[in-house]
Amino acid sequence: MILFDHVTKLYPNQQSPALDDVSVEIEKGEFVFLVGPSGSGKSTFLRLILREERPTKGAVWVAGKELGHLSNWKIPYFRREIGTVFQDFRLLPNKTVAENVAFALEVIGKPKAHINKVVPEVLEVVGLEGKEDRRPDELSGGEQQRVAIARAFVNRPMLLIADEPTGNLDPGTSVGIMQLLDRLNRLGTTVVMSTHDSNIVDQMRRRVIELEGGHLVRDQSRGVYGYAQ
Amino acid sequence: MRAQFVAREVGHGLKRNLTMTLAVIITVAVSLGLFGGALLLRAQVSTMKDFWYDKVEVSIFLCSAGSDTPSCSGGAVTKAQRNQIQKDLESMKPLVDTIYYESQAEAYQHFQEQFKNSPIADNVRESALPESYRVKLSDPTKYEVVASAFAGRPGVEQVNDQRQILDKFFKLLGGLQAIALAIAVTMLVVTVLLIVNTMRVAAFSRRRETSIMRLVGASNFYIQLPFLLEAAFAAGAGALLAIGALVLTKAVLVDSIVAPSFQFTSFVGWDAVVAIAPVLLITGILLAGLAAFFTLRKYLRV
Repeated sequence: MILFDHVTKLYPNQQSPALDDVSVEIEKGEFVFLVGPSGSGKSTFLRLILREERPTKGAVWVAGKELGHLSNWKIPYFRREIGTVFQDFRLLPNKTVAENVAFALEVIGKPKAHINKVVPEVLEVVGLEGKEDRRPDELSGGEQQRVAIARAFVNRPMLLIADEPTGNLDPGTSVGIMQLLDRLNRLGTTVVMSTHDSNIVDQMRRRVIELEGGHLVRDQSRGVYGYAQ
Repeated sequence: MRAQFVAREVGHGLKRNLTMTLAVIITVAVSLGLFGGALLLRAQVSTMKDFWYDKVEVSIFLCSAGSDTPSCSGGAVTKAQRNQIQKDLESMKPLVDTIYYESQAEAYQHFQEQFKNSPIADNVRESALPESYRVKLSDPTKYEVVASAFAGRPGVEQVNDQRQILDKFFKLLGGLQAIALAIAVTMLVVTVLLIVNTMRVAAFSRRRETSIMRLVGASNFYIQLPFLLEAAFAAGAGALLAIGALVLTKAVLVDSIVAPSFQFTSFVGWDAVVAIAPVLLITGILLAGLAAFFTLRKYLRV
Protein backbone atom coordinates (compact mmCIF):
# COMPACT_ATOMS: atom_id res chain seq x y z
CA MET A 1 0.00 0.00 0.00
CA ILE A 2 2.72 2.43 1.04
CA LEU A 3 6.43 2.01 0.39
CA PHE A 4 9.15 4.46 1.44
CA ASP A 5 12.34 3.55 -0.40
CA HIS A 6 15.35 5.33 1.17
CA VAL A 7 13.43 8.57 1.38
CA THR A 8 15.22 11.77 2.35
CA LYS A 9 13.40 15.08 2.53
CA LEU A 10 15.39 18.27 2.86
CA TYR A 11 13.38 21.48 2.90
CA PRO A 12 14.96 24.51 1.23
CA ASN A 13 17.03 26.70 3.53
CA GLN A 14 17.35 24.03 6.20
CA GLN A 15 20.51 22.37 7.45
CA SER A 16 19.32 18.94 8.50
CA PRO A 17 16.77 16.84 6.62
CA ALA A 18 13.24 16.41 7.98
CA LEU A 19 13.44 12.75 6.97
CA ASP A 20 16.77 11.01 6.55
CA ASP A 21 16.99 7.79 4.54
CA VAL A 22 13.72 6.31 5.74
CA SER A 23 12.63 2.95 4.35
CA VAL A 24 9.39 1.41 5.47
CA GLU A 25 6.55 -0.61 4.01
CA ILE A 26 2.91 -0.56 5.06
CA GLU A 27 0.66 -3.34 3.83
CA LYS A 28 -2.90 -3.04 2.68
CA GLY A 29 -5.33 -3.23 5.58
CA GLU A 30 -2.79 -2.37 8.27
CA PHE A 31 -3.36 0.03 11.15
CA VAL A 32 -0.17 1.96 11.83
CA PHE A 33 0.67 4.49 14.53
CA LEU A 34 3.26 7.07 13.69
CA VAL A 35 4.86 8.39 16.88
CA GLY A 36 7.74 10.65 17.81
CA PRO A 37 8.36 14.05 19.40
CA SER A 38 7.43 17.28 17.66
CA GLY A 39 9.78 17.98 14.77
CA SER A 40 10.68 14.32 14.35
CA GLY A 41 9.32 14.21 10.81
CA LYS A 42 5.83 12.78 11.33
CA SER A 43 4.10 15.56 9.41
CA THR A 44 6.61 15.37 6.58
CA PHE A 45 6.02 11.61 6.44
CA LEU A 46 2.27 12.15 6.04
CA ARG A 47 2.71 15.03 3.57
CA LEU A 48 4.88 12.81 1.39
CA ILE A 49 2.14 10.15 1.33
CA LEU A 50 -0.39 12.82 0.25
CA ARG A 51 2.06 14.09 -2.35
CA GLU A 52 1.96 17.56 -0.82
CA GLU A 53 5.75 17.31 -0.88
CA ARG A 54 8.17 15.44 -3.09
CA PRO A 55 11.12 13.54 -1.61
CA THR A 56 14.57 15.05 -2.14
CA LYS A 57 16.01 11.56 -2.54
CA GLY A 58 14.43 8.14 -2.76
CA ALA A 59 10.94 7.17 -3.85
CA VAL A 60 7.50 7.05 -2.26
CA TRP A 61 5.00 4.53 -3.59
CA VAL A 62 1.34 4.76 -2.66
CA ALA A 63 -1.37 2.48 -4.05
CA GLY A 64 0.97 1.23 -6.76
CA LYS A 65 2.04 4.70 -7.93
CA GLU A 66 5.48 6.23 -7.68
CA LEU A 67 4.52 9.70 -6.49
CA GLY A 68 7.68 11.43 -7.75
CA HIS A 69 6.60 10.66 -11.30
CA LEU A 70 2.93 11.45 -10.84
CA SER A 71 2.12 14.36 -13.13
CA ASN A 72 0.48 17.39 -11.56
CA TRP A 73 -2.89 16.95 -13.17
CA LYS A 74 -3.18 13.41 -11.84
CA ILE A 75 -2.62 14.41 -8.22
CA PRO A 76 -6.29 15.29 -7.51
CA TYR A 77 -7.40 11.90 -8.85
CA PHE A 78 -4.77 10.22 -6.71
CA ARG A 79 -5.98 12.08 -3.60
CA ARG A 80 -9.51 10.82 -4.17
CA GLU A 81 -8.23 7.41 -3.09
CA ILE A 82 -7.03 8.81 0.23
CA GLY A 83 -9.10 10.15 3.10
CA THR A 84 -7.54 12.73 5.40
CA VAL A 85 -8.40 13.75 8.97
CA PHE A 86 -6.70 16.49 10.97
CA GLN A 87 -6.39 17.58 14.55
CA ASP A 88 -8.31 20.79 13.81
CA PHE A 89 -11.21 19.03 11.96
CA ARG A 90 -11.18 21.55 9.05
CA LEU A 91 -14.94 21.78 8.66
CA LEU A 92 -16.75 24.61 6.89
CA PRO A 93 -18.51 26.58 9.64
CA ASN A 94 -21.31 27.90 7.44
CA LYS A 95 -22.38 24.48 6.22
CA THR A 96 -24.37 21.83 8.04
CA VAL A 97 -23.02 18.39 8.87
CA ALA A 98 -24.60 16.84 5.79
CA GLU A 99 -23.44 19.73 3.59
CA ASN A 100 -19.88 19.43 4.87
CA VAL A 101 -19.80 15.78 3.89
CA ALA A 102 -21.60 16.41 0.60
CA PHE A 103 -19.09 19.15 -0.25
CA ALA A 104 -16.34 16.56 -0.64
CA LEU A 105 -18.42 14.78 -3.27
CA GLU A 106 -19.71 17.92 -5.00
CA VAL A 107 -16.24 19.22 -5.68
CA ILE A 108 -15.18 16.02 -7.41
CA GLY A 109 -18.27 16.24 -9.60
CA LYS A 110 -20.38 13.38 -8.22
CA PRO A 111 -24.02 13.43 -9.29
CA LYS A 112 -26.61 14.68 -6.85
CA ALA A 113 -28.47 11.39 -6.69
CA HIS A 114 -25.30 9.61 -5.62
CA ILE A 115 -24.60 12.25 -2.96
CA ASN A 116 -28.12 12.06 -1.55
CA LYS A 117 -27.70 8.34 -1.19
CA VAL A 118 -24.22 7.99 0.33
CA VAL A 119 -24.13 10.96 2.71
CA PRO A 120 -26.78 9.56 5.11
CA GLU A 121 -25.10 6.16 4.90
CA VAL A 122 -21.71 7.44 5.95
CA LEU A 123 -23.20 9.64 8.68
CA GLU A 124 -24.75 6.49 10.11
CA VAL A 125 -21.41 4.68 9.97
CA VAL A 126 -19.76 7.41 12.06
CA GLY A 127 -22.71 7.59 14.46
CA LEU A 128 -24.11 11.01 13.55
CA GLU A 129 -27.59 10.03 12.39
CA GLY A 130 -30.11 12.67 13.41
CA LYS A 131 -27.52 15.47 13.40
CA GLU A 132 -27.43 16.06 9.64
CA ASP A 133 -28.70 19.63 9.86
CA ARG A 134 -26.53 20.86 12.73
CA ARG A 135 -23.73 23.28 12.14
CA PRO A 136 -20.19 22.49 13.35
CA ASP A 137 -20.35 25.05 16.18
CA GLU A 138 -23.38 23.26 17.59
CA LEU A 139 -21.42 20.02 17.94
CA SER A 140 -18.91 18.75 20.49
CA GLY A 141 -15.29 18.27 19.47
CA GLY A 142 -15.75 14.53 19.17
CA GLU A 143 -18.79 14.97 16.96
CA GLN A 144 -16.96 17.47 14.77
CA GLN A 145 -14.16 14.97 14.31
CA ARG A 146 -16.74 12.36 13.36
CA VAL A 147 -18.01 14.72 10.65
CA ALA A 148 -14.44 15.10 9.40
CA ILE A 149 -14.01 11.33 9.40
CA ALA A 150 -17.31 10.91 7.55
CA ARG A 151 -16.07 13.41 4.95
CA ALA A 152 -12.78 11.52 4.62
CA PHE A 153 -14.51 8.17 4.33
CA VAL A 154 -17.54 9.04 2.18
CA ASN A 155 -15.62 8.30 -1.00
CA ARG A 156 -14.61 4.89 0.42
CA PRO A 157 -10.85 5.47 0.20
CA MET A 158 -8.36 2.63 0.40
CA LEU A 159 -6.18 4.65 2.72
CA LEU A 160 -7.02 6.93 5.65
CA ILE A 161 -4.41 9.40 6.88
CA ALA A 162 -5.09 10.81 10.34
CA ASP A 163 -2.82 13.56 11.63
CA GLU A 164 -3.24 13.58 15.43
CA PRO A 165 -7.03 13.13 15.17
CA THR A 166 -7.45 13.02 18.96
CA GLY A 167 -5.07 15.90 19.67
CA ASN A 168 -7.89 18.31 20.51
CA LEU A 169 -10.13 15.82 22.33
CA ASP A 170 -10.43 14.66 25.91
CA PRO A 171 -9.53 11.03 26.68
CA GLY A 172 -13.08 9.74 26.83
CA THR A 173 -13.99 11.24 23.48
CA SER A 174 -10.72 10.01 22.01
CA VAL A 175 -11.64 6.42 22.80
CA GLY A 176 -14.81 6.79 20.75
CA ILE A 177 -12.88 8.21 17.80
CA MET A 178 -10.34 5.37 18.03
CA GLN A 179 -13.14 2.81 18.05
CA LEU A 180 -14.52 4.43 14.93
CA LEU A 181 -11.12 4.39 13.16
CA ASP A 182 -10.70 0.77 14.23
CA ARG A 183 -14.06 -0.05 12.66
CA LEU A 184 -13.12 1.64 9.39
CA ASN A 185 -9.87 -0.34 9.46
CA ARG A 186 -11.80 -3.58 9.91
CA LEU A 187 -13.89 -2.59 6.86
CA GLY A 188 -10.63 -2.89 4.89
CA THR A 189 -9.25 0.64 5.02
CA THR A 190 -5.55 1.06 5.64
CA VAL A 191 -5.08 3.62 8.44
CA VAL A 192 -1.94 5.64 9.15
CA MET A 193 -2.31 7.79 12.24
CA SER A 194 0.20 10.09 13.84
CA THR A 195 -0.30 10.70 17.55
CA HIS A 196 1.18 11.88 20.82
CA ASP A 197 -1.33 9.96 22.88
CA SER A 198 0.49 7.14 24.65
CA ASN A 199 -2.66 5.67 26.21
CA ILE A 200 -4.23 5.07 22.87
CA VAL A 201 -1.14 3.45 21.38
CA ASP A 202 -0.67 1.25 24.42
CA GLN A 203 -4.30 0.12 24.42
CA MET A 204 -4.63 -0.55 20.70
CA ARG A 205 -1.51 -2.70 20.39
CA ARG A 206 -1.00 -2.06 16.73
CA ARG A 207 2.08 -1.54 14.61
CA VAL A 208 4.13 1.45 15.76
CA ILE A 209 6.58 3.38 13.62
CA GLU A 210 8.69 5.80 15.59
CA LEU A 211 10.59 8.71 14.10
CA GLU A 212 13.21 10.82 15.83
CA GLY A 213 15.12 13.65 14.22
CA GLY A 214 14.12 12.39 10.81
CA HIS A 215 15.37 8.84 11.43
CA LEU A 216 13.28 5.71 11.69
CA VAL A 217 14.21 4.48 15.17
CA ARG A 218 11.58 1.81 15.77
CA ASP A 219 9.21 -0.30 13.71
CA GLN A 220 7.35 -2.72 15.90
CA SER A 221 4.24 -4.74 15.30
CA ARG A 222 1.82 -4.71 18.26
CA GLY A 223 3.95 -1.98 19.84
CA VAL A 224 3.49 0.45 22.70
CA TYR A 225 4.22 4.19 22.85
CA GLY A 226 7.37 4.95 24.92
CA TYR A 227 10.26 6.50 23.04
CA ALA A 228 13.09 4.18 22.08
CA GLN A 229 16.07 4.48 24.41
CA MET B 1 -19.21 19.09 -13.71
CA ARG B 2 -22.01 20.34 -11.57
CA ALA B 3 -23.13 23.66 -12.95
CA GLN B 4 -25.36 24.37 -9.99
CA PHE B 5 -22.50 24.00 -7.54
CA VAL B 6 -20.21 26.24 -9.59
CA ALA B 7 -22.93 28.89 -10.02
CA ARG B 8 -23.54 28.90 -6.27
CA GLU B 9 -19.83 29.35 -5.55
CA VAL B 10 -19.55 32.20 -8.07
CA GLY B 11 -22.57 33.95 -6.58
CA HIS B 12 -21.16 33.63 -3.06
CA GLY B 13 -17.77 34.86 -4.19
CA LEU B 14 -19.12 37.93 -5.95
CA LYS B 15 -21.26 38.90 -2.99
CA ARG B 16 -18.52 38.34 -0.43
CA ASN B 17 -16.11 40.47 -2.41
CA LEU B 18 -18.62 43.09 -3.49
CA THR B 19 -16.43 46.19 -3.18
CA MET B 20 -13.54 44.58 -5.03
CA THR B 21 -15.93 43.30 -7.67
CA LEU B 22 -17.29 46.81 -8.17
CA ALA B 23 -13.76 48.21 -8.38
CA VAL B 24 -12.90 45.69 -11.07
CA ILE B 25 -16.09 46.44 -13.01
CA ILE B 26 -15.42 50.18 -12.94
CA THR B 27 -11.76 50.03 -13.95
CA VAL B 28 -12.54 47.58 -16.71
CA ALA B 29 -15.33 49.88 -17.92
CA VAL B 30 -13.10 52.97 -17.90
CA SER B 31 -10.09 51.34 -19.52
CA LEU B 32 -12.09 49.52 -22.17
CA GLY B 33 -14.16 52.66 -22.74
CA LEU B 34 -10.98 54.59 -23.53
CA PHE B 35 -9.71 51.72 -25.61
CA GLY B 36 -12.99 51.69 -27.54
CA GLY B 37 -12.80 55.47 -27.91
CA ALA B 38 -9.33 55.17 -29.41
CA LEU B 39 -10.53 52.51 -31.82
CA LEU B 40 -13.53 54.63 -32.77
CA LEU B 41 -11.25 57.61 -33.40
CA ARG B 42 -9.12 55.44 -35.65
CA ALA B 43 -12.20 54.34 -37.55
CA GLN B 44 -13.17 58.02 -37.84
CA VAL B 45 -9.76 58.96 -39.25
CA SER B 46 -9.89 56.19 -41.81
CA THR B 47 -13.44 57.15 -42.77
CA MET B 48 -12.29 60.74 -43.28
CA LYS B 49 -9.25 59.61 -45.24
CA ASP B 50 -11.43 57.57 -47.55
CA PHE B 51 -13.72 60.53 -47.95
CA TRP B 52 -11.09 63.20 -48.50
CA TYR B 53 -8.37 61.34 -50.37
CA ASP B 54 -10.97 60.72 -53.04
CA LYS B 55 -11.40 64.43 -53.41
CA VAL B 56 -7.89 65.79 -52.99
CA GLU B 57 -5.88 66.78 -55.99
CA VAL B 58 -2.41 67.95 -56.79
CA SER B 59 -2.39 71.47 -58.16
CA ILE B 60 0.32 72.59 -60.54
CA PHE B 61 0.21 76.35 -60.61
CA LEU B 62 1.70 77.93 -63.71
CA CYS B 63 3.59 81.18 -63.88
CA SER B 64 1.59 84.32 -64.41
CA ALA B 65 2.84 87.81 -65.23
CA GLY B 66 3.49 88.79 -61.61
CA SER B 67 5.13 85.55 -60.38
CA ASP B 68 8.51 86.01 -58.77
CA THR B 69 9.75 82.46 -58.09
CA PRO B 70 13.04 81.59 -59.90
CA SER B 71 11.33 79.15 -62.25
CA CYS B 72 9.13 81.99 -63.44
CA SER B 73 12.01 84.29 -64.38
CA GLY B 74 10.96 83.90 -68.01
CA GLY B 75 7.66 85.62 -67.29
CA ALA B 76 4.25 84.09 -67.75
CA VAL B 77 4.05 80.53 -68.92
CA THR B 78 4.29 80.08 -72.67
CA LYS B 79 1.98 78.02 -74.77
CA ALA B 80 4.77 75.53 -75.53
CA GLN B 81 5.54 75.04 -71.85
CA ARG B 82 1.90 74.50 -71.07
CA ASN B 83 1.52 71.95 -73.85
CA GLN B 84 4.63 70.12 -72.64
CA ILE B 85 3.19 69.92 -69.11
CA GLN B 86 -0.08 68.63 -70.44
CA LYS B 87 1.77 66.02 -72.50
CA ASP B 88 3.94 64.93 -69.59
CA LEU B 89 0.91 64.58 -67.36
CA GLU B 90 -0.82 62.44 -69.96
CA SER B 91 2.23 60.22 -70.11
CA MET B 92 2.06 59.62 -66.35
CA LYS B 93 -1.13 57.62 -66.54
CA PRO B 94 -2.32 55.47 -64.83
CA LEU B 95 -0.87 57.20 -61.74
CA VAL B 96 -2.42 60.36 -63.00
CA ASP B 97 -6.10 59.65 -63.00
CA THR B 98 -7.71 62.79 -64.39
CA ILE B 99 -6.32 66.09 -65.54
CA TYR B 100 -8.27 69.27 -65.37
CA TYR B 101 -7.01 72.57 -66.67
CA GLU B 102 -8.14 75.73 -64.92
CA SER B 103 -7.56 78.92 -66.84
CA GLN B 104 -7.09 82.35 -65.27
CA ALA B 105 -10.66 83.23 -66.17
CA GLU B 106 -12.00 80.12 -64.45
CA ALA B 107 -9.75 80.67 -61.43
CA TYR B 108 -11.10 84.21 -61.17
CA GLN B 109 -14.65 82.95 -61.38
CA HIS B 110 -14.05 80.35 -58.62
CA PHE B 111 -12.37 83.00 -56.53
CA GLN B 112 -15.32 85.34 -56.87
CA GLU B 113 -17.70 82.58 -55.83
CA GLN B 114 -15.58 81.58 -52.87
CA PHE B 115 -15.20 85.10 -51.53
CA LYS B 116 -18.63 86.43 -52.37
CA ASN B 117 -19.69 89.22 -50.00
CA SER B 118 -16.07 89.81 -49.06
CA PRO B 119 -14.15 92.96 -49.95
CA ILE B 120 -11.23 90.80 -51.13
CA ALA B 121 -13.21 89.76 -54.17
CA ASP B 122 -13.29 93.33 -55.44
CA ASN B 123 -9.57 93.88 -55.03
CA VAL B 124 -8.30 90.91 -57.02
CA ARG B 125 -7.82 91.14 -60.74
CA GLU B 126 -8.00 88.22 -63.07
CA SER B 127 -4.35 88.49 -64.07
CA ALA B 128 -3.19 88.05 -60.46
CA LEU B 129 -4.58 84.53 -60.27
CA PRO B 130 -2.45 81.75 -61.76
CA GLU B 131 -3.75 79.24 -64.25
CA SER B 132 -3.26 75.66 -63.05
CA TYR B 133 -3.51 71.98 -63.76
CA ARG B 134 -5.61 70.08 -61.25
CA VAL B 135 -4.48 66.49 -61.20
CA LYS B 136 -6.21 63.64 -59.42
CA LEU B 137 -3.95 60.70 -58.63
CA SER B 138 -5.04 57.08 -58.62
CA ASP B 139 -2.81 56.63 -55.55
CA PRO B 140 -2.73 59.86 -53.53
CA THR B 141 0.30 58.73 -51.52
CA LYS B 142 2.52 58.92 -54.64
CA TYR B 143 2.34 62.68 -54.72
CA GLU B 144 6.13 62.97 -54.73
CA VAL B 145 6.35 61.48 -58.22
CA VAL B 146 4.31 64.29 -59.65
CA ALA B 147 5.91 66.96 -57.49
CA SER B 148 9.47 66.04 -58.48
CA ALA B 149 8.54 65.94 -62.16
CA PHE B 150 7.07 69.44 -62.26
CA ALA B 151 8.35 71.48 -59.34
CA GLY B 152 10.95 73.99 -60.43
CA ARG B 153 10.56 73.45 -64.13
CA PRO B 154 10.30 76.67 -66.19
CA GLY B 155 6.74 77.92 -66.38
CA VAL B 156 5.68 76.13 -63.15
CA GLU B 157 5.33 78.40 -60.20
CA GLN B 158 4.40 75.86 -57.55
CA VAL B 159 3.18 72.31 -57.04
CA ASN B 160 0.67 71.99 -54.25
CA ASP B 161 -0.61 68.85 -52.66
CA GLN B 162 -3.88 69.26 -50.78
CA ARG B 163 -3.21 65.96 -49.11
CA GLN B 164 -0.36 67.51 -47.15
CA ILE B 165 -2.76 69.97 -45.58
CA LEU B 166 -5.13 67.15 -44.68
CA ASP B 167 -2.28 65.08 -43.32
CA LYS B 168 -1.55 67.72 -40.71
CA PHE B 169 -5.13 67.41 -39.56
CA PHE B 170 -5.00 63.65 -39.58
CA LYS B 171 -1.76 63.75 -37.63
CA LEU B 172 -3.55 65.74 -34.97
CA LEU B 173 -6.32 63.17 -34.83
CA GLY B 174 -3.70 60.42 -34.81
CA GLY B 175 -2.03 62.10 -31.85
CA LEU B 176 -5.31 62.22 -29.98
CA GLN B 177 -5.83 58.58 -30.76
CA ALA B 178 -2.34 57.72 -29.50
CA ILE B 179 -2.99 59.60 -26.26
CA ALA B 180 -6.32 57.82 -25.76
CA LEU B 181 -4.63 54.52 -26.51
CA ALA B 182 -1.79 55.23 -24.08
CA ILE B 183 -4.24 56.08 -21.29
CA ALA B 184 -6.29 53.00 -22.17
CA VAL B 185 -3.22 50.76 -21.97
CA THR B 186 -2.19 52.31 -18.65
CA MET B 187 -5.69 51.75 -17.33
CA LEU B 188 -5.66 48.18 -18.59
CA VAL B 189 -2.42 47.58 -16.68
CA VAL B 190 -4.06 49.02 -13.57
CA THR B 191 -7.03 46.77 -14.21
CA VAL B 192 -4.85 43.70 -14.47
CA LEU B 193 -3.08 44.59 -11.22
CA LEU B 194 -6.42 45.11 -9.54
CA ILE B 195 -7.71 41.77 -10.77
CA VAL B 196 -4.54 40.06 -9.57
CA ASN B 197 -5.03 41.57 -6.15
CA THR B 198 -8.75 40.79 -6.10
CA MET B 199 -8.04 37.18 -6.90
CA ARG B 200 -5.43 37.07 -4.16
CA VAL B 201 -7.90 38.37 -1.63
CA ALA B 202 -10.59 36.02 -2.91
CA ALA B 203 -8.24 33.03 -2.78
CA PHE B 204 -7.21 34.01 0.74
CA SER B 205 -10.74 34.53 2.03
CA ARG B 206 -11.71 31.13 0.70
CA ARG B 207 -8.54 29.27 1.63
CA ARG B 208 -10.49 27.00 3.97
CA GLU B 209 -12.76 25.81 1.18
CA THR B 210 -9.96 25.49 -1.33
CA SER B 211 -7.72 23.60 1.08
CA ILE B 212 -10.54 21.11 1.72
CA MET B 213 -11.16 20.84 -2.01
CA ARG B 214 -7.50 20.04 -2.57
CA LEU B 215 -7.62 17.52 0.23
CA VAL B 216 -10.54 15.55 -1.13
CA GLY B 217 -9.09 15.57 -4.63
CA ALA B 218 -10.99 18.25 -6.49
CA SER B 219 -9.26 18.95 -9.77
CA ASN B 220 -7.48 22.25 -10.26
CA PHE B 221 -10.02 23.18 -12.88
CA TYR B 222 -12.85 22.67 -10.41
CA ILE B 223 -11.09 24.67 -7.72
CA GLN B 224 -10.18 27.56 -10.00
CA LEU B 225 -13.30 27.71 -12.12
CA PRO B 226 -15.44 29.74 -9.68
CA PHE B 227 -12.62 32.30 -9.34
CA LEU B 228 -12.11 32.49 -13.09
CA LEU B 229 -15.82 32.89 -13.69
CA GLU B 230 -15.98 35.66 -11.10
CA ALA B 231 -13.17 37.55 -12.81
CA ALA B 232 -14.73 36.97 -16.22
CA PHE B 233 -18.13 38.05 -14.95
CA ALA B 234 -16.80 41.30 -13.48
CA ALA B 235 -14.78 42.01 -16.63
CA GLY B 236 -17.76 41.18 -18.82
CA ALA B 237 -19.96 43.59 -16.86
CA GLY B 238 -17.28 46.28 -17.20
CA ALA B 239 -16.97 45.63 -20.92
CA LEU B 240 -20.74 45.93 -21.37
CA LEU B 241 -20.63 49.32 -19.62
CA ALA B 242 -17.81 50.39 -21.92
CA ILE B 243 -19.81 49.28 -24.95
CA GLY B 244 -22.78 51.22 -23.63
CA ALA B 245 -20.59 54.32 -23.35
CA LEU B 246 -19.38 53.77 -26.90
CA VAL B 247 -22.92 53.50 -28.24
CA LEU B 248 -23.79 56.66 -26.37
CA THR B 249 -20.75 58.44 -27.82
CA LYS B 250 -21.77 57.46 -31.33
CA ALA B 251 -25.46 58.29 -30.89
CA VAL B 252 -25.15 61.51 -28.93
CA LEU B 253 -21.70 63.01 -29.44
CA VAL B 254 -21.13 62.04 -33.07
CA ASP B 255 -24.59 61.87 -34.57
CA SER B 256 -26.43 64.60 -32.66
CA ILE B 257 -23.75 67.11 -31.74
CA VAL B 258 -20.71 66.96 -34.02
CA ALA B 259 -22.11 65.70 -37.31
CA PRO B 260 -24.78 68.41 -37.80
CA SER B 261 -22.17 71.15 -37.45
CA PHE B 262 -19.59 69.56 -39.75
CA GLN B 263 -21.57 68.54 -42.76
CA PHE B 264 -18.67 68.79 -45.19
CA THR B 265 -17.20 65.50 -44.03
CA SER B 266 -18.48 62.02 -43.25
CA PHE B 267 -18.45 60.32 -39.84
CA VAL B 268 -18.04 56.78 -38.59
CA GLY B 269 -21.06 54.60 -39.08
CA TRP B 270 -22.65 52.07 -36.74
CA ASP B 271 -20.69 49.35 -38.47
CA ALA B 272 -17.56 50.62 -36.70
CA VAL B 273 -19.32 50.43 -33.32
CA VAL B 274 -20.57 46.95 -34.12
CA ALA B 275 -17.02 45.91 -35.04
CA ILE B 276 -15.47 47.41 -31.89
CA ALA B 277 -18.00 46.06 -29.36
CA PRO B 278 -16.96 42.38 -29.54
CA VAL B 279 -13.29 43.42 -29.46
CA LEU B 280 -13.92 45.17 -26.13
CA LEU B 281 -15.88 42.26 -24.70
CA ILE B 282 -13.29 39.69 -25.71
CA THR B 283 -10.36 41.86 -24.60
CA GLY B 284 -11.96 42.41 -21.21
CA ILE B 285 -12.86 38.81 -20.52
CA LEU B 286 -9.61 37.42 -21.89
CA LEU B 287 -7.49 39.87 -19.93
CA ALA B 288 -9.33 39.21 -16.68
CA GLY B 289 -9.32 35.48 -17.28
CA LEU B 290 -5.59 35.37 -17.94
CA ALA B 291 -4.77 37.65 -14.99
CA ALA B 292 -6.91 35.49 -12.72
CA PHE B 293 -5.51 32.27 -14.12
CA PHE B 294 -1.89 33.20 -13.52
CA THR B 295 -2.62 34.57 -10.04
CA LEU B 296 -4.52 31.45 -9.04
CA ARG B 297 -1.80 29.20 -10.33
CA LYS B 298 0.38 30.76 -7.70
CA TYR B 299 -2.09 30.85 -4.85
CA LEU B 300 -4.05 27.67 -5.40
CA ARG B 301 -1.20 25.31 -6.04
CA VAL B 302 -1.77 21.58 -5.68
